Order: sequence, then structure tokens, then C-alpha cells
Amino acid sequence: MYKLLPLLMLLVAGSAFAKQETLTIYTYSSFASDWGPGPAIKQAFEAECDCQLKFVALDDGVSILNRLRLEGKHSKADVILGLDDSLLAAAKATDLLAEHQQTLPALSVPNGWSDSVFLPYDYGYFAFIYNAEKLKNPPHSFAELLERPELTILYQDPRTSTPGQGLMLWVQKLYGEQAPSVWQNLAQRTVAVTKGWSESYGMFLKGEADLVLSYTSSPAYHISAEQQHQYQAANFSEGHYLQVEVAAVLKTSSQPQLARQFMAFMLTPAFQQHVASGNWMYPVIDTPLPDSFAELTLPEQALSFSTEQVSKQRSQWLRAWRNAVIR
Amino acid sequence: MTKRNWWLPGSLSLFAILLLTTGPIAALLLQSREHDLGALLNDSYLVHIIWFSFYQALLSTLLSLLLAIPLAQALSRRRFIGRTLLLRLFGLSLVLPVILVVFGIVTVHGRQGWVNQLLQAVGLESVGYLYGLAGILLAHIFFNMPLAARILLQAIESIPASQWRIANQLGFNGWQLFLRLEWPVMRSALPALASMIFMLCFTSFATVMALGGGPKSTTLEVAIYQAIRFDFDLPYAGMLALLQLLFCASFLLLQYRFTSRSTAIQLSNLGLIARPDRQQLSLRLWDTLVLILCLALFLPPLLAIISSGLNPKLIAALSSAQLWHATRTSLLIASGAALLSMLFTVSLLITSRHLRLQLQRRRSAALMEAIGSIILVLPAVVLSTGLFIMLRNVADVFTLGPILVLLVNALMALPYGLRALQAPMERVSRQHHKLCESLGINGWARIKQVEWPLLRKSMALTFALAMMLSLGDLSAIALFGSQSLQTLPWLLYQQLGNYQLTEASATALVLLMLSLGLFMLIEGVLGGKDAATN
Repeated sequence: MYKLLPLLMLLVAGSAFAKQETLTIYTYSSFASDWGPGPAIKQAFEAECDCQLKFVALDDGVSILNRLRLEGKHSKADVILGLDDSLLAAAKATDLLAEHQQTLPALSVPNGWSDSVFLPYDYGYFAFIYNAEKLKNPPHSFAELLERPELTILYQDPRTSTPGQGLMLWVQKLYGEQAPSVWQNLAQRTVAVTKGWSESYGMFLKGEADLVLSYTSSPAYHISAEQQHQYQAANFSEGHYLQVEVAAVLKTSSQPQLARQFMAFMLTPAFQQHVASGNWMYPVIDTPLPDSFAELTLPEQALSFSTEQVSKQRSQWLRAWRNAVIR
Repeated sequence: MTKRNWWLPGSLSLFAILLLTTGPIAALLLQSREHDLGALLNDSYLVHIIWFSFYQALLSTLLSLLLAIPLAQALSRRRFIGRTLLLRLFGLSLVLPVILVVFGIVTVHGRQGWVNQLLQAVGLESVGYLYGLAGILLAHIFFNMPLAARILLQAIESIPASQWRIANQLGFNGWQLFLRLEWPVMRSALPALASMIFMLCFTSFATVMALGGGPKSTTLEVAIYQAIRFDFDLPYAGMLALLQLLFCASFLLLQYRFTSRSTAIQLSNLGLIARPDRQQLSLRLWDTLVLILCLALFLPPLLAIISSGLNPKLIAALSSAQLWHATRTSLLIASGAALLSMLFTVSLLITSRHLRLQLQRRRSAALMEAIGSIILVLPAVVLSTGLFIMLRNVADVFTLGPILVLLVNALMALPYGLRALQAPMERVSRQHHKLCESLGINGWARIKQVEWPLLRKSMALTFALAMMLSLGDLSAIALFGSQSLQTLPWLLYQQLGNYQLTEASATALVLLMLSLGLFMLIEGVLGGKDAATN
């Protein structure tokens, strides 16, 4: 009997462990990774919910939506975190998402926020990042980037990634009908189109290209974490495309209570303090920013399309991109 | 098996195979009907990927053969240390997991790879050529050049010694030997060889996925996968899959025509052929050049996989729980797939052999075996796509993931199993059926006392081969894989994509060890015969 005792204890402990409820969140890999905000947020939320928080990391933002559509009603996700404002209509059309039922505090999101399904948790502006030690004369406008064929770039696939889609919208906003020729121009100096942000940023840091598509706030990471000031965002005179990152609860969630608790948690300082110094984006409530953010440039003009406009033309724009880059 | 029930195992197995193949095809047909056919003609992307699929396959085939012909000649003229080992390695290339070789190629030809390190060491600018057509070609040549060289070498060695003697007396030089002796035997082997390589390259998945780099160098096979996982465009995916099915079926028909025409190649182990052109200085130089070029393409990626195992950071990477979890999943799926594949194969063959030998119905038997091989026209991605679409509304395809991957892998190994076991099983029946009948040994007793002892070696080999094929699969797992379902190839693919090269080295090493272990089992037991390629 004594020999069995440890085994029995293990069984009891095991079942107690299993009883704790688990909240499953689909997100993108840079959010969930060790160096992203995920681990700290998991710890903070678990401390107040008496539950387990599980991140399922997918390639990038658009992949979350694709994965949701593939799984349909059988999805194991309770919450999805990491879509952006331009995907709202497409995501709602799946009919898989529930209302967040939160009373919104005053949010410091550009252009405000009033959606009943999606809650924003951070925002930022897309920008090309360069290494000032290597590239002494960065482009000062999108037009200049197009006129200088020697500049090599890395960006993400708009079919899988929200920054990639952001660039697509940026080009569409600035050039409209001329977008295909812009894509062909860019294709000449594109080193790689990666599935997610992490891959292309990793390649950029290894010196594979002059510029990489990321955010105006990305240099803050290098300043805060590495005391390196050479990584800078190229400031484009035409303005930068705005991205608001959002989360939502699934209708099919087996933990609706926990999921809503997480939604509320997202808008508290416990979550928001990790946004600036983990996800390197701007928080949506008034939160002290790390010193490094003082060195950042804010775009003179924030560009955006309405959600309806994007959802109406997204697949057409995607096709235009695809058809232009194969030429 | 009792005498009356001879038809049962084959029918059950055939039924299962047909269900598992026609179901997905029907699902694809239904789905693709929703696609607007008029828009297809204006879809420049579709036109591009079809063109690119053909273009890269054609180039891959041409380059592989153009290198293989002089390589086979050089190998028949020269004896050198390591020649036997090299020929063994050539056999290995066909069954190595594709993603493993891609890892090797990235290590050699990537931006931070050996070639660029060498260039930098001598003060030259580094070059980036890996992603896109060049990378795809490098990988396809790696796989197909050795295979082609081996088969062409066999062809050269099948030339009777008497002909060499006559040529010797006539004083033929190297060129005349090629025209009069080598080319005729090679020519009979080439059409079948070329069409096989073309088909392998046309449906190549892992290579194009990992080295394609963007929409510009995407093939039909990869576009099917992307239509589902990138765009969630099921009608488009269904339409692409049907198109791929159509292409593959026509290639196979063409190949069938070629193979039936060409004469079968006989292995004649002459040892050293007394070739009159062995001593010519210019040919010596030429052969050295050819060997150096081919080995420079073939050996470095293999060495890279092994040498990355010497990475000092490897110990940490090897202790990753994720890696061992993936290893376990891979082994479970591979052994399950191999078992199921064996079950299908043996059941089918029990019935077809009875049809052929006892009932003298040769045509029905051949038809049964042909239906079993039907899977050859169905690339893994197409089959998986069909299964995916078929089951999507019924169940959670990602929970069923392991079972679906296992099923697809089992079916993919079926044609190989049928080929490997058909002859041994028939031989046993020819030699022992009458005796068993007269002694009244039937059912379980016959299996235990007669069949199993005589067949177990062939079965073990077939099992190992099926396991090896499944161990390298990336097509099915790419569609059904997720964070909770990771096999070694899938893990390696993701690590390569994220530039986690240390972790990738560890995964590659484990995958290499498993594949090598199985390969040595196959090659070792058969004692150097072409078990893997036949």
C-alpha cells in the first residue's frame, strides 16, 4: 500500500490540476513567444482568474482568421487575439463571434472605437525599418522608395499576415489604380515575402535587406532592450497606415465567463503595461510609456480605409497583388 | 483463410481503398462546381502557376538527365575508393525525407550558408540565389540525378561483354562507343525515366513550399495548399486539385505507354567491364570533371545534415520537449500507416493471387492490383484536400488530424507495398499451394507454418519502406498539422521558416537517424540489391 501512495497522490493532484479551467486563445507567434508580451500577460491573468491560459500561436494575424474559418464551429478557441481593424467585417461574416458585452472606458485609439464584437488592445503605424549604420540615406517618402531601385526590402504575405495586408492597404490608399505597377516595382527588390512578421524581421536583423516592413514603434524595442539606436523607422511624407489590433470572444466558447473576464482584463493596466514594452505598440488606455518611446517619430498623417471598404475590395486587391508579383 | 472465403480480404481492402479515394474526389467535384469557370480563363495567376509547374519540372528533368548520362558513363569507366558507398548513397537520396534534404541545401546554399562563407573568405560579395527557381532545381537535381545515374549505369552494364570486345577490336573511341553501344541501351531506358522524374518534380511539394519563396515560384501542388490555408477558398482549391488530378492521370498514362514499350533492364553483374576507352587521357579528365561537378551538387547537403550535428548548442536543442513529442507522433503515425498499408496490401494480394493462380483469372487479378495502385495518380495534397473538404462539415478535421495523416500515408505507401510483396506472395503460393491442399493445411495453420516463415523477411522490408515514406511526409501533415499535431518534418519545416537553425539541426539529426536506421534495415537485409528503388 505504501508503495502505491505516491501514485495515488499523483492521481489526486492530477485530477485537481485537470479541474482548473483552461482559456484557449489563438494569437500570432510574436505575441505568444518568450520575448513577446504573452508570458507576462498569461501570468498576470492566471493570478486573478484561477484558471489556465493557453496560447495557440499561429503564423500571423490573418492566419488566425483563416484558421477560424477552417475549423468553423469545431474551433477549440475561446478567444482570438491579433486580428486588426481591417479584418473586422470579414471576421464578423463568419458568424462565429459573440458580442463582448463590455462597457468601454475612454480609449485613446485614433479615430475612437465603438464596436460591439471586437475590443482593441493596442495600435500602431506601419513603417519600413532600416539600420542607420548601414543605410545612411533612407527614403523620405513612398515615392522615393519606388524611385530608388537599389533599396532592397522584406515584407510579409498579405494573405497570412496583418502587416503584409497593411502594406497592401497602404499602397492601395496612396496609389489606387496604379497599385499593380507599384507592386511590380517593389517585386524587383523584394528579398522575400514571408508568412509572418517574425521571419522577415529576423531576416532583416541578419542583414538580408535594407528595409523591412514593421511599425514606427519597433525601434523602441532595440533602444529599451538592447540600447541600440541605429534601427529607425523611415518617415514617409505621404503618411503611414494605421493599425488597431483587436480581440474577440467565440460564440462556441466553452468558457464564455472566463473569455469575457479576459476581455475586461485586456483594458486594465495589468495587460496594457505589457503592450508598449512587449508588443512594442501603443496602449489603448492612458499608460506610462517606456522612455524609448520618446525617441520615436509619430507619423504626420494616419491613413486608413473604412472596414466596409476593405471587406468589399480585399479579395480583389489581394488578387491584384498576386497577379502583379508573378510578372 | 478458409478456401471459400478467398475473395473476402481483397474485396474488403478494395472497398476501403475505393471509398477513401472516390469520396474525396467526389467532394472535390462538388466543391469545384461552385467555382466560376468563366473567371478561370482570365485568371493570370492560374495560368502562371500551371506554366511554372511545367517549366520547373521540365528543367529539373532535363538537368538531372543531362548530368546523369555523363555521370553514369564515368561510373562505368572508373573504379575508385568509395564507389560502392557512393552508389548506396545514390539509393538513399530517393527515400530521404525531402524536408531533410531541403535543410541540407539551405545550410549549404543559404545566405549564411557554406557557399557564401567561402565567397566571403576569399573576399567576394555574398550571393542570394536559393529561394525561387534555383533552389527548387538544386533540390530536384539532388533527388533525381543519382536515381537516373543508377538506372543508366545498370543499362550500360547490361551491354554484353562480347560487344565490348568487338568494339575493342574495331578500335572505337569514346564517342563511337557512346553512339554505338551506350546510347541505344540508354535510349530505351530514358523515356520511362524522364517521365517518372517529370512526374516526381511536377508534384513535388515540400521542396517548392520551403524553397519557392512567394507566389512567383509556386506550383499547382503548393497553390492547392495555399488556397485552403491562406485564402480559405475551398471552391478554388477544389478546382486546382481536380486540375492536378487530371494532369497526373495523363502523365501516368503516358508513362505507362513508355514503360510497356521499352525493354526491361536486366542486371548483369559483370564486375569490371573491359572498356577500351578507360585509359584515354582526355576521357580521364572529362570523367574527373563530371564526377567533381556531380559530387559538388550531391555531397555537401548530405554532409551539412551530419555536420550540423556537431553544433555545440545542439545538446540544449536536443533536450527540447517539443522535439521528442514530435518524434513520438512521427513514430506513431508512421508505424500505424505502415501497419494499415500492409493490411491493405496483403489482403488485396491474397485475393488477387488466388484469382490468378487457382482460378486462372489473370485479367481480374491484374485489374485488382491496378486499382490498388490507383493512388499513384492522386498526389497526397489532392487526397488530403479532398478528405478535408469531405469531412469539414461533419467533424473537426484538426481533431481527426492524426488519423487523416495516417490514412493518407498508408494509401501513399500502397503502390510500393503491392510491388514489393506481389512476387514473393505468388512464389509461396506456386511452390506450396498444392502441398498445403494435399496435406489439408488451411487457415491459421497455413499462415503460421507456411506463409509467415517464408514471407516475413519481405514483409518486414515492405513495412520498413512504408514507415520510411510516412516518416518523411510533409504534404498531409501540412494540411492537418497544428500546434498540437507536429511530426518531425512539420517541425523542421517550421523551424526552417523561422530561421531557428540550431533547433532545426537537432530535428534534422533525429529525423536523419530514424530514416537512416530504417534504410539500413532495408538495404542491409537485402544485401545491396536495389530494394529501395524497385
